[in-house]
Amino acid sequence: MANRIPRVPVREQDPKVRAHNFDEVCYGYNKEEAMLEASRCLHCKNPRCVTACPVGVKIPDFIELVAAGDIAGAAAKIAEDSSLPAVCGRVCPQETQCEGSCVLGVKGEPVSIGKLERFVADWTFAQGDKAVEAPKAGGKKVAIIGSGPAGLACASDLAKAGYDVTIFEALHKAGGVLEYGIPEFRLPKEKVLKRELDAVRALGVKIETDVIIGRTVTIDSLMDDEGFEAVFVGTGAGLPKFMGIPGENLNGVFSANEFLTRNNLMKAFREDYRTPIHAGSKVCVVGGGNVAMDAARTALRLGADTTIVYRRTEVELPARKEEVHHAKEEGIDFQMLTNPVEILGDERGWVRALKCVRMELGEPDESGRRSPVVIPGSEFEIPTETVIMALGTSPNPLIARTTPGLETTRRGGLVADEAGATTRPGVFAGGDAVTGAATVILAMGAGRRAAAAIDAYLRKK
Amino acid sequence: MFKILEKKMLNPTICKMVVEAPRIAKAALPGQFLIVRADEPGERIPLTISDYDREAGTVTIVIQPIGASTRAMVENFEAGDSFADVAGPLGNPSEFVRMPVEELKAQRVVFIAGGLGTAPVYPQAKWLHEHGVSVDVIIGARTKDLLIYEEEFKSVTDGLYMCTDDGSYGFKGVGTARLEALVAEGKKYTQCVAIGPMIMMKFSALTCMKLGIPIWVSMNTLMVDGTGMCGACRLSVGGVTKFACVDGPEFDGYLVDFDEAMRRSAQYKAEEGLANGK
Repeated sequence: MANRIPRVPVREQDPKVRAHNFDEVCYGYNKEEAMLEASRCLHCKNPRCVTACPVGVKIPDFIELVAAGDIAGAAAKIAEDSSLPAVCGRVCPQETQCEGSCVLGVKGEPVSIGKLERFVADWTFAQGDKAVEAPKAGGKKVAIIGSGPAGLACASDLAKAGYDVTIFEALHKAGGVLEYGIPEFRLPKEKVLKRELDAVRALGVKIETDVIIGRTVTIDSLMDDEGFEAVFVGTGAGLPKFMGIPGENLNGVFSANEFLTRNNLMKAFREDYRTPIHAGSKVCVVGGGNVAMDAARTALRLGADTTIVYRRTEVELPARKEEVHHAKEEGIDFQMLTNPVEILGDERGWVRALKCVRMELGEPDESGRRSPVVIPGSEFEIPTETVIMALGTSPNPLIARTTPGLETTRRGGLVADEAGATTRPGVFAGGDAVTGAATVILAMGAGRRAAAAIDAYLRKK
Repeated sequence: MFKILEKKMLNPTICKMVVEAPRIAKAALPGQFLIVRADEPGERIPLTISDYDREAGTVTIVIQPIGASTRAMVENFEAGDSFADVAGPLGNPSEFVRMPVEELKAQRVVFIAGGLGTAPVYPQAKWLHEHGVSVDVIIGARTKDLLIYEEEFKSVTDGLYMCTDDGSYGFKGVGTARLEALVAEGKKYTQCVAIGPMIMMKFSALTCMKLGIPIWVSMNTLMVDGTGMCGACRLSVGGVTKFACVDGPEFDGYLVDFDEAMRRSAQYKAEEGLANGK
């Protein structure tokens, strides 16, 4: 049966306007638009979208409720499986997960599942805070290390199951990468993130900021002295990678982490905050993932003419399609099949240019992607004031180093089984701390699986 | 929130504060640092720990107003007020703390302290003194009024040598000249530790190299998070890039590229000028 209604487009801020502000790009659906879009769902008998969702949100069920206008019901349905719907609706790579599996996508456009999830979450916020009944606590104490997506998902499930849950966060604000990494224009902090965190707190979860596990207090001390019977490590992948090319320590070369943390966590873009940030008039961002897009679009908004340099082609860009599309609309220049070989400085030690080579695609590598090969003699310079390295991140070794019995892989991730159990009894882990840099939703999925494993472990104990 | 229990101006610009932070006081060791964010619009400022009291649950910091955030810390906060955030202890403790006892007992240590760096020398000297290690401390400043911590050091050092550039107090000249004089007088040292402005640490390293004394320096670089996330603190040590926050803050002074480190420290000067108006 053909589906005659086309995918309902979502309203967005004009690219020319938004290139100069940090307000959210996408306005989201209103109720009418959402109900119309929801009516496109075919309600497959074996919904592939659910299987493709790392936390298993019951997508056709919530969409059916939206189509019927029962938004509160839809919110309750999503809440059964996801603790951060307003975040996921905004930052998940839907095109490779739920929407990528939608049957409608075979011949036309898939149901706009992400935008529907976001609408349901935003609608719920708009109803104001309703008294949530915190589950009966008083259960065993569980410590969660890191307040990013993995930790929040794990904490929510455990609190719902009646455990006494405390999250320890190293930075001064909770949220992990949602706070320091993803910019305001993609994930508003006050309007969205704070409310999601409030919802987690309303479940009875305590969040202690400014506590660096491994330094302020160790896992051993949490378990031996503070009575925590299980620990979940969701410390993410926070260490920035650099290329190892000459000139990386010149003034004006930053990791995307530094650039984004200054802007997002430390609010350098706001006049009323004291944190300085340096973009200048021309910025080159090296990399092709979501972080590269975020850094480039931030630099653009700070007034810089911005170029993204990536060694493969646009097809291989690991960023969400929507982010690439938005970046282009906003006027960011994409130099594909281009790889930096050196950063050139002036006599004062500041960046003056990025020296690059052109690449062509060769044979597929172990990841199945065609690996880029240098075209001989293709060296050229891009004059620039600032270079931002967005090459990925690796897990922070602090916890592993300070916790006896906790093993890591060659790449620095914690060794953990499918359920999150590490090599140390009572200590579980999940998300980027185990896998290396991945996505918000995969981290949430790992957090949920670990919560189930912790529950099973503590019941047996 | 972290309550300020005591505030005292040590000289016209350097301010000492004792802050309530029980978890940090319990874990702190000599050589480590804290990140302090005074209030919501403030930056995260790395400050070396100047003392800690495990029983009282307090840590001591000294602050010199340089940028907008440090100025706000000193000007807007009094005893009884609270800082929004104090996180730590960060970085690795001093090498001495990790040394086998036998090796430690054999040490004859000289510290060169300059300016704000004088304060963080104190917990190290105290710790060594308590462990029966011979400690000399050289404190340098431009002029007499700027010297700090003299009284505190008296009880934890074997030799305390004050120096001023203008000769208004103690030895006339810089700390490195005092060290050379002490060695010429026959003093023998197995290890030097320099904490102070980078330019002072650079010349301390050069002097120690000349005298054949190993030296550690405590690198007070720019930082944002202090936990290894941002890389703002990166510096070259023996040609290899290190992060001061997680690999340091103390490094072999022979190997540090001080010129690069000083250049990198000035990276936000233009923007800071603007922030001072914020």
